[in-house]
Amino acid sequence: MALTFPRRAGGRRRLRRFTRRDAVVLGLLLGIPVLLDIVIVWGPTLASIGLSFTAWDGIGDIHWVGLDNYRNLADNYPPFWPAVRHNIMWLLFLGLIATPFGLLLAVLIDRGVRFSRFYQSVLYMPVVLSLAIVGFIAQLILGTDQGVVNTVLNNHDDPIDWLGDSHLNLWMIMIAAGWRHVGYVMILYLAGLKSVDPELKEAAAIDGANERQTFFRVVFPTMRPVNVIVGVITVIEALRAFDIVYAVNKGRNGLELLSVLITDNIIGEASRIGFGSAIAVVLLVVSLGFIVTFLVQELRGARDR
Amino acid sequence: MSRRNLLRGAALGVGAVTLPALLSACGEGPGGDKKEVSVGSNASDAVPKKAYAAAFQAYEKKSGKKVKVNTKDHNDFQENINRYLQGTPDDIFMWFAGYRMQYFAEKGLLTEISDVWSGFSGFSDALKAQSTHDGKQYFVPYYYYPWAVFHRKSLFQQKGYQQPAKWDDFIALAKQMQQDGNPVAFCDKDGWPAMGTFDYINLRLNGYDFHKSLMAGEESWTDTKVKNVFDTWRELMPYYQKGALGRTWEEAGQSLQKRQTGMAVFGMPHPGTQFPADERDDIDFFAFPEIDPQWGQDAVEAPIDGFLVAKKSKNVTGAKALLKWLGTPEAENTYLKYDPNNVAVNDGADTSSYSALQKKSAQLVSAAKQISQFLDRDTRPDFASTVMIQSIQDFIGNPKDVDGLCNSIERQKKTIFSQPVG
Repeated sequence: MALTFPRRAGGRRRLRRFTRRDAVVLGLLLGIPVLLDIVIVWGPTLASIGLSFTAWDGIGDIHWVGLDNYRNLADNYPPFWPAVRHNIMWLLFLGLIATPFGLLLAVLIDRGVRFSRFYQSVLYMPVVLSLAIVGFIAQLILGTDQGVVNTVLNNHDDPIDWLGDSHLNLWMIMIAAGWRHVGYVMILYLAGLKSVDPELKEAAAIDGANERQTFFRVVFPTMRPVNVIVGVITVIEALRAFDIVYAVNKGRNGLELLSVLITDNIIGEASRIGFGSAIAVVLLVVSLGFIVTFLVQELRGARDR
Repeated sequence: MSRRNLLRGAALGVGAVTLPALLSACGEGPGGDKKEVSVGSNASDAVPKKAYAAAFQAYEKKSGKKVKVNTKDHNDFQENINRYLQGTPDDIFMWFAGYRMQYFAEKGLLTEISDVWSGFSGFSDALKAQSTHDGKQYFVPYYYYPWAVFHRKSLFQQKGYQQPAKWDDFIALAKQMQQDGNPVAFCDKDGWPAMGTFDYINLRLNGYDFHKSLMAGEESWTDTKVKNVFDTWRELMPYYQKGALGRTWEEAGQSLQKRQTGMAVFGMPHPGTQFPADERDDIDFFAFPEIDPQWGQDAVEAPIDGFLVAKKSKNVTGAKALLKWLGTPEAENTYLKYDPNNVAVNDGADTSSYSALQKKSAQLVSAAKQISQFLDRDTRPDFASTVMIQSIQDFIGNPKDVDGLCNSIERQKKTIFSQPVG
C-alpha cells in the first residue's frame, strides 16, 4: 500500500496539469479524427460487410440473401478465381522480382557507377506517372495493329496480341507496373543506403567479411526501417492495382483483379451492390491478413529491440 | 427497427453510393426556371454534340424557351445512370430504346409520356413497341443506325468480290479474303463489338422471338439452339484478322479503311467515323446473310437512340413540350444535317439530302420485319456487363469449349435473373 501510494499521487498530479481548456482542445483534436475515422473508414467498411449479405440494385428494396453472394462468388462467378490468382501473381511479381531488382539498382548506383545521377533520374522518372498513364503507354507500345513492338517486328499477318492474349497480357502489364515500381523502390533504398554508417562496413571488412557478406549480414539488416516501408508499399501496390488494367481493357480477358470486379459490380449500370460488396469483403480479409501479420511482426520486433 | 431499416441505415453510410447524389442536390435551387428546360446529354463526341446543339437551337428559336444542355462523357453517363436518376436529373435525358429503357421504367424512375405520344405521327408500330413498357409510352425515338456487314466498294470491285446473301457464300467470301491477305476485320477489346455478330447469327439461326426471350432470361443458354450459334460462329473464326481481343473498334475500322481487311460486322457510325470525309462514299454494306431460310433476313439490328423524362424532372410541362417537338420530322432533319452517320426514325423526315449509304440504311430498316436493339440493350444491364462481355471474350479466346461456356452463362443467368427488378 505504502509503495503504490506515491505513484498514484504522481498520476493525479500529472492529470491536474490539464486545465479545462486543454481538455476541450485535446478532446476536439482527438475527437474529430476519431469521428472522421469512424465515418469515413469504419462506417463504409461495416456497411460493405452488411451489404455483402444482401441483394440490392441501389434503387429498390434491399433483400436479405444470407451467404448466397459468397456461394455464388466461389462457384458461379468465373472471373473470381482468376482475379484472386492474378492478385497473388501481382504480389509475387512485385515482391520477388521488381523489388529485389530495385534494390540491386540502388546498390549499383550507390557504389558510384559512372553517370549515376543520369541513371538515377531515368529510373525514377516513371514514378511520377500515374499507373493509368503507364497503362496508356503500354498500349502505345504493345498495341496489336499500331503498337511500336509489332511495327518493329513487322508481323502484320500474324501479329502477337500482347495485350489481348490472356496468357500473355498479365505478364506484359506486370512488367509495365514493375517498371514504375522498380524506380520507387530504388529511390527508397538509395536513401536507406546513404544513411548506413560507413564505419559499419569498415568494421565488417576488418573482421574479414567479403562484399557479399558485408551487404547481407551488415548493411541489409541495418536498413530495417526502409525494408519495412518497402515491404508495405509492395503489398499495398499489389492489392490496390486497378488503374493500369482498367486503362488497358477494363480489367477483362486475362487482366481480372479483385478491385476491378468490385468496381464492375457496384459502379456502372449493373449495380449489383450486394454482390460487389461480397468481393470487397474478400479483398478486405486478404488485406487484413497482411496488415495483421505485419503489425504482429512489428510489435514483436519492437519488443526485441 | 426492422432488419431492412437497419440495412438501409447501413447503406446510407456507403458514401460512394449516396454522397455524389447529395452533393449534386446541393447545387441546384428549388423550383427551377419554368422557361428553361435542361437536357442531360451523353453525346460527348464532336459530331453528335454539334448536331444536337443545332437541333436545340432550332427549338429555342421556335418556342422562345431556353434549352440548357449538360453534356457528360458517353460512357460515364451510362455507368452513372442509376445515381443520376435518383439524384437531380435533368428534365429530359438521352437514352436507348427497348429493354434498357424498360428496365428503368419498371423501377419507377421514368415519367410516362403517353399523352405526348398520342400527338405523334410517322412512327411505325415497331418503334412504338420499343418505346413502350406495360402499355404506356416513355421514350421518344430520335434516330437509329443499322448493323450490317460493311466494306469498301472499291475493294470489292478491284478483287471481284460479290456481296453474299447466304451463309455458305459468306464463308466462301471470308475464306477468299483470308487467302488474299485482307481477312475479315474483328475486334472485341471494348467488349461490345462482337455482340453484333452473336446477335445476328442468333437471329438468322433461331429467329427474332427466340432472341427476345433468350435476352429476357426465359430460354436456357444450354439449349442446343444457343450452342449452334456458337458452333456456327466458329466456322467464321479462322478467317478473322488475328488478335481481336487486343484491338479496339477504332483500329478495326481503320484497318478497313486501309484495305488491310475486307469486311466487318459493324454499326453504321463505326466505319463512318474512321474514314476520312472524302472516302465515305466508298463505304457500302450488305445485310447479314441468311442462315436458315425460315427466318431469311427478316430481322435487322438497329439500335434506336432518343429521349426520356426522369421521374424527378422538375419541369415536366417544359420537358413534354420539347419532346413533342423532338418527335417531329423537322427536328430529326435538323439533327441529321450535321450527323450523316444515322438515319431518321420518323417516316415524315426529309430523305432527299441523304447520302447513298443513309438511303440504303433507311431501306434496310423499313423492309425489316422485326427490329432488335443490341445484346446490351435487349437484356438486363447487369447480365450484359458482368456476364456476356466476359463470356463472348472467353469464346473468342477459346472457341472450342462451347459446352462449358454455355453452362457457365446459364448458371450466372439464373442468379442474376432471380434478383427482382425494383
